[in-house]
This record gives sequence, structure tokens and C-alpha cells, in this order.
Amino acid sequence: MTVKELEKIAADKADLIKVRKIVREQAEELAKNTGYRKQVLVCGGTGCTSSRSQKVIEQLEQSFAELGINDVLIVKTGCFGLCALGPIMIVYPEGAFYSQMTPEHAKTVAERHLIKGGEVVKELLYADTVHADGSIIPFAEIPFYKHQVRIALRNCGVIAAESIEEAIAAGDYAALAKVLTSMTPDEVISQIKAAGLRGRGGAGFPTGLKWQFTKDAEGDVKYVCCNADEGDPGAFMDRSILEGDPHTVLEAMTIAGYAVGASEGYIYVRAEYPIAVERLKIAIDRAREKGLLGKNILGSGFDFDVNIRLGAGAFVCGEETALMASIEGKRGEPRPRPPFSAQCGIYKKPTVLNNVETWASVAPIILNGAEWFSSIGTEKSKGTKVFALGGKINNVGLVEVPMGTPLKTIVYDIGGGLPDGKKFKAAQTGGPSGGCIPATHLNVPMDFDNLTAIGSMMGSGGLIVMDENTCMVDIAKFYLEFTADESCGKCTACRIGTKRLLDILKKITDGNGEPEDLDKIAELAEHMKTSSLCALGQSAPNPILSTMKHFGDEYIKHVYAKKCPAGVCKSLLSYYVNPDKCRGCTLCRRNCPVNAISGEVKAVHEIDTKKCIKCGQCISNCKFGAIEIK
Amino acid sequence: MSKSLFDGTKEQMDRLLDCIAAHSGEAGALMPVMHEAQSIYGYLPAEVQTVIAEKLNIPLAEVYGVATFYSQFSLSPKGKHQISVCLGTACYVKGSDRILEVLEKELKIKCGECTPDGKFSIDSCRCVGACGLAPVMIIDGEVYGKLKADDVWEILERYMKG
Repeated sequence: MTVKELEKIAADKADLIKVRKIVREQAEELAKNTGYRKQVLVCGGTGCTSSRSQKVIEQLEQSFAELGINDVLIVKTGCFGLCALGPIMIVYPEGAFYSQMTPEHAKTVAERHLIKGGEVVKELLYADTVHADGSIIPFAEIPFYKHQVRIALRNCGVIAAESIEEAIAAGDYAALAKVLTSMTPDEVISQIKAAGLRGRGGAGFPTGLKWQFTKDAEGDVKYVCCNADEGDPGAFMDRSILEGDPHTVLEAMTIAGYAVGASEGYIYVRAEYPIAVERLKIAIDRAREKGLLGKNILGSGFDFDVNIRLGAGAFVCGEETALMASIEGKRGEPRPRPPFSAQCGIYKKPTVLNNVETWASVAPIILNGAEWFSSIGTEKSKGTKVFALGGKINNVGLVEVPMGTPLKTIVYDIGGGLPDGKKFKAAQTGGPSGGCIPATHLNVPMDFDNLTAIGSMMGSGGLIVMDENTCMVDIAKFYLEFTADESCGKCTACRIGTKRLLDILKKITDGNGEPEDLDKIAELAEHMKTSSLCALGQSAPNPILSTMKHFGDEYIKHVYAKKCPAGVCKSLLSYYVNPDKCRGCTLCRRNCPVNAISGEVKAVHEIDTKKCIKCGQCISNCKFGAIEIK
Repeated sequence: MSKSLFDGTKEQMDRLLDCIAAHSGEAGALMPVMHEAQSIYGYLPAEVQTVIAEKLNIPLAEVYGVATFYSQFSLSPKGKHQISVCLGTACYVKGSDRILEVLEKELKIKCGECTPDGKFSIDSCRCVGACGLAPVMIIDGEVYGKLKADDVWEILERYMKG
């Protein structure tokens, strides 16, 4: 394929994509050029697929056949971001945002809205997109989307995820054409450097420098590698990008190949993401067919191709040296650095490795310029960051905001606050390597350096919100269970350190904690930080250290008073009957498996805490909410 | 490596040999071959590892090393219906440990085990990326989200018959 042919594909489908991006009135005008009266975009990301969006598509197809609708296009896209409300369906040119669709809803929308002369079915729209007076708010203006700046996610939920034509029409491969026809490798690298792009995988290393080191490294063969081993539980931005816009990753890897002098690339992706793997495979096949991967790309004489390698469930493989060992078919164990992968990577060849979200930011920088990119964000953290909002928050989903956006904006304005009016207690970032941000730091600008300064870290962008019912000691234990489980066992500090830290935390949550345990944690953590081989072990103590720093009183209460203030740690809880609420119905007494409850009919019952095994049977049986945990 | 009762068919072995042949000479072929072998047999018995080692000319110790390193490779057979409970952070915060507890109680096996009749096996996993639906469990690839402990039995019942 030539650049001209690429431009023709982009032009042919341009209006189709534009209808999905511009305001209603213009979109209606434009829709006339596309051959489709309406377009229905249904999310086919993991979240919505899990809530059965495929059934919605099938129902639409069936209804269209029954109703004789043949001028409405059904588009299966990647993630829209608002996963909690899935399956999501958007109808253009109106921009009507339907949420929590069922096949029955789809049938209704087909019959009342999509049919010729039909009207929006207001009662099925996402409530936030309807004014009190019944008029529709464009979804780009609702709080969840209004504060977002979508660069890496620009095409997710906009294009058909499996169509290379739509990807091209939305701008994919235009940056590659620009690079191959008008830029030298040095110009590419200096543009990435000038943009100030830093790695989105966690550590935040300047991407341009990485490329420079790999270019400067000696070697006849070099590799480009994409880290899609998104292991941080609760982070799913890489998955969404691969599912929604896989071509942007292939394009950026090809650009890097040109810049550093590599002709082969590897994408290492988690096997737990079947949809992402499938879309990636399709994308690679289509790109090869079109000559956008392979020999003589766009007639430039430059060759580049990409292979997929599947992970097999090892968190440590997100670490670069472990990842490369795994690509070579070995146990994914890290090795000491230096030598760094820029000199000695896959098969000991110079390798440039970036994370999916980093790759997704490359093409916009090439097309719009370094100045544009560096005008977004903070002084040392440029551009945007995608966060995966999860836990106790109303709008669970994926959001992309400028670096430096306050945590408060993300949690309350975009995330819609906490469910059931619960109080914000902490947000966890950086996964098992990160820490907790307490309510006192709600105004912290979210960028690499500010998060490190308060004892957490950016990590890959998982952001788990916790409310007053979350026990911070229990959460620290949860993360230590994870790292102890995932430690590869190669170095002593991590292998034994994680186990011992976990032992101490178990002891504390079991009610056997002693004052010196807290000192032991601090000492052990220090040793692990300084002597572990890779980031997994070095950062494994972070969840404990940050919760001890910000929620030290909870540790003290667990150790000295043997109480769990959040009411989570079972061994530290006691069950009581509230005499004001108990009606003496005897239901709890009859259901108690260990006969720990005594009391006569119509008299207040009593729980013998020595016999009680805290199974919770009495709570679930009591109709009056009389059983309380203290 | 303990010897299990291996009852692979000739058809399975042919598929395995085809897969190995397709990857022969390729650098880093071991993991892709093991992934396919596991999807053919459902697990990686000693006999299969031996064939992989011989055909790819890799020491059996190394094959075994890789098989035991990664949590997705299993050395023992899984149940007819494979249940996986997500214990990722988003699910954990929303009580997925309770879901696992109920499953273990209902099926009378521990996480990582298979019921004696071979019908169900329970595993835990770390995040499938469906955090919007937390807490989730996956049965044979089908995701069940926004679970409450009470839902578990009803969902299990659907698989009891089949």
C-alpha cells in the first residue's frame, strides 16, 4: 500500500467517524453523506461483553430484520469507559447514550427509536444525560466525560475495534506515514523527548531517552517490545486500548522500530485477556494484508513485523527483564541490571520496551507536535494519564485526565463519589507496589512526583477507592498475600521477606500482635527495599509502609486494643445483641450452629462471645438488625 | 514429577505433534506450545511434558520448570466446569473473598482443588479486567458479575445438571 492509498481509505470513511465525534446538528448533516441514517455503537469491551453486550447486538440484528431496517449501521466498539453501567449503547447522530441495556431494551429502542421517524427512548437513557425537563444532554458534557482529555483512549469506543478501515479513518497510521516519508530517526526521537513523554507502566522513565539508548546501542539486530502484561489487579487501561484501538499500538511500535533501527517487535500480553488477544491478532493480520506491517511499509523500504507472546499468569513478568526471559520461553525470573535492556534485552539484543498506554500516546505526539503534548499536564509529568477507577465508587470505569488533576476531581466529579453516601477513607494507587492516599491528601495533583512524595506511586494507573468499611491493615495483608504469592523466589530478600511480612500481618489481624511487631515490619521493609533484585521485592513493603504512615492508629488499635475499627478482621470482632432492637423472636438462637445464643421468647437474647465462632448466621437471620459487631 | 493416570487419545497426540511441528525452529517456542498443549489436554501431564521436551529438544527439567513457574499451567486435571473467582483488588474490596468462601463450602473443596466426581474445580485469579462488575467469578469463560453470596448457589445449580 502507498501513502496515497492510505489517505484514500481515510477519506472514504472520514464522515462515518466524524458523525461520532461532533455536535448533533452538524452530525445530522454529515450523516447524509455516509449512506447510513443512524449508527448504533455497542461496547464490545471486556466489561460490557461480560454483562452480555453480544446479546444486545444479536437482538438488534434480529429486530432490524423483522422491522426491515437496512440503513442503520451496527458498530461493535471497544470500551466507552463507564463499565459499571454496561452494556452501553450510543446512537448517532443524536449521541443518545443508553446504559444497562438488555435484549428487551434493544428491541424497544429498535422499534421506537431506530425505525424511520422514531424518537429517542428517554426512559432507557443513562439518567445523567437527561435534564429534569426531559431534554437530552450530550454525553460529552456529563460530569464523567466533561473533565476528561482523551489522548491514549481517543479511539476507544469510537471505532469498530476489528476494522482497520475505521482505524485509518480515525487517524491511525497517519503518524507512521508522516514518519516514513518526512522524518529521520533522530527527528522522531527528539520529538518524543521534547514532548516529555514518560513511561505509563509505572516507573515513569522518559520514553525518548529509552529510544535514544536503544538506537545508540551496538547490535545488528534490535527489538521493539510492548509490555501488555497488565498485572496490577484493578488496572485495565492497557486491555481497553488493545480491545478498542489495537492499531495505534502496532503503529507506534513500527515508528519506534524505524527510530531505533529494529525490524521485529514482540507484544507480551496477559493470557487472561482473551478479547484483547483476539483483537490484536486480527489487527496484525489486517495490517499485514494492507502492507502496514511486513516488508517495504508504505513503499518506504522499511520492514517491520510484530509477534504476539502470551503470558501465563505470573505478575513478575511485568518487570522488564522477567518479561524478556518469558518471551524467550523461560521461567519469568528477573535478572540484575545493568546491563539494561536498551543494550541487552530479548535474546541479548538491544530492546526498547514500552507499556501499551505509552505506545498509544506516540502517534498523537508525532501528528500534533511535542509542544501540544507538553502543554498538557504538569512541569515534570506531561500529557494525560488513564486511571482505572474501581472499588467503592459510583462510576467504576476508565478515565483519562491531564497529569496533575486533583484526586478529588477524579473521585467526586468524574467518579460520582462513593455509593450509599459513605465517607472516603483512602484511594490506593500503584497496586501491590503502591500505597494509599488518605482523605487529607484529596487535593493532591495526580502526577508521578506528587504521588511518590506522599508515599504512594503512579504505577500503571489502578485507582481503588476505599470507604470507612475497609480495614487498612487487612488491605496491606491482601497486597502482601499477593506479592508473597507472586514472588518468583529467585532472591532471598523478596522470597522470605514477603512471607515474613505476611506472617506478621496475619498475626496482627488474628489478634496476636505485639508492640515490637511494628518495629520488625519497619526493619524488614528497609532490608527488602535495599536488597531485593527487582521492583517487585523492592516495592512489596510499600502498601504496609504507606498504610502505617497514614493510618498508624489502626495498627495501634489492632495491636494494643485488639480491635478492628472497620469491623473487618474477624478474630478481633465480637457479636452483640442490641437490647433496644431485639424482639425475642428466637430466630438467631435456633440458627446458631454452636448454641452460643440464649434467651426466652419475647425476651432480649444474649450471645456468649466465648462460644461464638463469628459465622454471621445470626446477622443474616435477624429481621430487626439487632445483632451488632463491635 | 508424579505420574498421573494419563488417558490421552491418539487424536490429541496428533494435534500436539502438529502444533510442535508448526513451531519447530522458532525461537521461544516453548510457551506457545505449552499453551496449546494445555488447551488440547486441559492440563500438562508428565507424559505431555516429556513429548514437548523431546520434540523441541529442551531438557525435561526446563519444561517442568516453566510448567511450575506460571500459575496458568496446571499439572493436574481441572473439573468439567472450571470456576475462577477474581481476587483482584477491585473485587476483593467488594467482598470476593466471601464468594470464594461460599463456593468452597457448597462444593466441599478448597480453592485449587477439583470435586471427586470431576465436575467442578475452583481457582482464584487476579483481575480479569471486569472491575466494573466486581465482584466477579468466571465459569467456563462466562463472566458472572455484581455477585452476592446468595447468587452463588443459583448459578451453580445451572451447571449441576450438565
